[in-house]
Amino acid sequence: MTKKHMGQKLKNRLSNGFIYAILIVVSVIWLFPFFCLVCESFRCESSHQVGYILPRQWGFDNYINLFTKTAFLTWYKNTFIIAVFVSVIQTLMVLTMSYTLSRLRFKGRKGLMNIMLVLGMFPGFITMIVLYKILSGMGLTGANSVPGLILVYTASSAMGYYVSKGFFDTVSRSLDEAARIDGATRFQVLTKIIMPLSKPIIIYTILTAFMGPWGDFMFAKYIAHNTTSGMNVAVGLQNLISTPSSLTANYTMFCAGGVLVAVPITILFMSLQRYYVEGVTGGAVKG
Amino acid sequence: MTEYKGKHMNLFKDLSDLDYLRLNKLQALIYDLFKAIRAIPKWFLNIFVSVVKYIRKFFTYIKEEFVDIYTTFIYGDWKTRISFFVMGFGSIARGQVLRGLLFLIFEVVFIVYMCFGGLHWLSKFRTLGDTYATTVYDPDLDTYVRVDGDDSFKIMLYSLLTIIFIISFIWTWRINVRQNRIMEDILKSGKKIRTPKEDMQSLLDDQFHKTLLAVPLTGIMAFTVFPIIFMILVAFTNYDAAHDGYSNLFTWVGMTNFNALFSMNVGSDNLSFAFGEILSWTLIWAFFATFTNYFLGMFVAIMINKKGIKLKKLWRGILVLTSAVPQFVSLLYISKMFANNGLANGLLMELGFIKDISQLIRFWGVTDIARAMVIIVNVWIGIPYAMLICTGILMNIPKDLYESSQIDGASVFQQYTRITLPYMLFVTGPYLLTSFIGNINNFNVIYLLTGGGPGNPALLTSGGGAGDTDLLITWLFNLTTGAESKYYLAAVIGIMIFVVVSSISVVVYNIMPSTRNEEDYS
Repeated sequence: MTKKHMGQKLKNRLSNGFIYAILIVVSVIWLFPFFCLVCESFRCESSHQVGYILPRQWGFDNYINLFTKTAFLTWYKNTFIIAVFVSVIQTLMVLTMSYTLSRLRFKGRKGLMNIMLVLGMFPGFITMIVLYKILSGMGLTGANSVPGLILVYTASSAMGYYVSKGFFDTVSRSLDEAARIDGATRFQVLTKIIMPLSKPIIIYTILTAFMGPWGDFMFAKYIAHNTTSGMNVAVGLQNLISTPSSLTANYTMFCAGGVLVAVPITILFMSLQRYYVEGVTGGAVKG
Repeated sequence: MTEYKGKHMNLFKDLSDLDYLRLNKLQALIYDLFKAIRAIPKWFLNIFVSVVKYIRKFFTYIKEEFVDIYTTFIYGDWKTRISFFVMGFGSIARGQVLRGLLFLIFEVVFIVYMCFGGLHWLSKFRTLGDTYATTVYDPDLDTYVRVDGDDSFKIMLYSLLTIIFIISFIWTWRINVRQNRIMEDILKSGKKIRTPKEDMQSLLDDQFHKTLLAVPLTGIMAFTVFPIIFMILVAFTNYDAAHDGYSNLFTWVGMTNFNALFSMNVGSDNLSFAFGEILSWTLIWAFFATFTNYFLGMFVAIMINKKGIKLKKLWRGILVLTSAVPQFVSLLYISKMFANNGLANGLLMELGFIKDISQLIRFWGVTDIARAMVIIVNVWIGIPYAMLICTGILMNIPKDLYESSQIDGASVFQQYTRITLPYMLFVTGPYLLTSFIGNINNFNVIYLLTGGGPGNPALLTSGGGAGDTDLLITWLFNLTTGAESKYYLAAVIGIMIFVVVSSISVVVYNIMPSTRNEEDYS
């Protein structure tokens, strides 16, 4: 009996050791590119791609060049403004839509959900051709693409209601009913009861909405239309290294820009990670 | 068939549960497979039947509407009858001034718009313009100046807006008629009609959904529904850079674009060939991208979740890093890292694995390597999300299932295949579907890593220079932003993506066990 127990314990220890080994290997693979990125951003001796990781000469040259020689500050400012506006407007849109579909029962609700499901199956980009023409008619492309992009990102953002609707579905409806019996209007139920309970999903929605514009490439590139002052960081930095000759000249500068974008976003994400995990595991599966 | 003596298994008949349990594993598998295949015609039949049902329902609805309008007119009082022509008259006459005024204003705006623009645009909708822009000599300026002709794009845009306006007018008119009937009924039964103040209050209570949805739905109508209808129309025109509508008109071409896509011409350089190539890679990619992420993510989640593993938060935090860093930073960096003169090749050279430049590994230059690479890098990017999803669900699996199976002597592998996997597949069915569809449209990974390359010489003219890792969505992007700007082709491909995605969704929804009921949780 004891022998078997000992064997079990040894086996368990072995398998745990094995798992630790895998996790360490995985972590190294996961961190390696980021480590290289940071190192290369501090390299001063050359600006092109090289075959070693640790710089021979460390320094902030790339960061300084980024601010003095390119429009990086403008791109950064553009993206930040877009992200702030989008996170506010999109959160309001998504939460109203998901709340309405989850808590209220009205005629045409199922039909509405089906229509949005079908609309979501069209690739978003095909709407871009028309929207570009309309926006350029309004003068919101090129140098003015910031308001244009805000409009494009937020206007139909309510279609991404699935995750938060999944969350609202889990909040017990008997709470609503009790409040309704006590004479609260639907508006009061929303502000006094549902809102305080929904902190995780609100933070999740704000976080994803804020992060979206930092990574968007397709729409931003099309709307900015090669105008430097209208680009977001993604398009601007990609533009820095889009041709072979510019890649040779600007590669380390691109790394520096990448670090400057990634660090704040990563810190923000990590500090709110708890809510993100709650949102992903809660709402996303229940859909 | 030794175990199943006496009778032969009939693959075209349903077995009872008892008979099914008597089958051995192989037989059960064959039986299940046949059952799934036999079900396919049934789905199509079901879809067909429901379409017919909807059409019939639609026509009965229309008929009932007309009957209702007719009886409202015949049996209604004079206020109602005047409302048929002057919208909102009945409402105003019966005390609902606000409502009535809104109806009236809508009617006036509609008539004015139709007279001063709508009809003009509609009259050109059939041809999309026939007056070309010309240049004439201007003696005052002593140069040639441009005289604007028609603009096909504007004609299409405003015609579509006009049509939508007409439909919404008819809809509002119908509501106006119905309102009158309802008001008459209320008055006849001796009750009071709501005052405007009560109307406004109801918008925060029993009509609260209208208040809440007004802004989001307007946004969706203007920025999704309208552009999609517009692009569907574009698929039936020859709109491209050479026919941009302004300097050169574009016009309707019927089914030509779709015919080009499906023509079975012999030869490898036609559109249908390019479409077939890109579509098949898109599906292969979506399949591998989805399932590698799913199973590896689940694997990592199980490892981290295991009892006795410490620093769970740290391991998760490290993995989630790829979700936190914006994709253009990580993906562009990886793309450059594996370039011919990039860090990976450089390190291999420093370490002596590669002797000279001719031995460089062209990660993005060889079709098979490039395709494998995008799937591998996608694992790096995508595992964390799958891991988070799986972590939450794994914790929900009842622990006693594992304990009792362990007592019965089940191995870890058996526990996985008999308990964990079935449970996970059941719960995450919808997630797998959305993730598959997301991967079909996964623009960032492909565009930032390979840009669609390596170029496929067979697709050079027909595919507009599409490459071997191009997905339909990146192809669409390149066709739109490229020099020729083949908007019509982009529209056709967009529609085809929709067809592919929607048919996959319909099929998967039909075979998925976990079609959930949203009321389950409340």
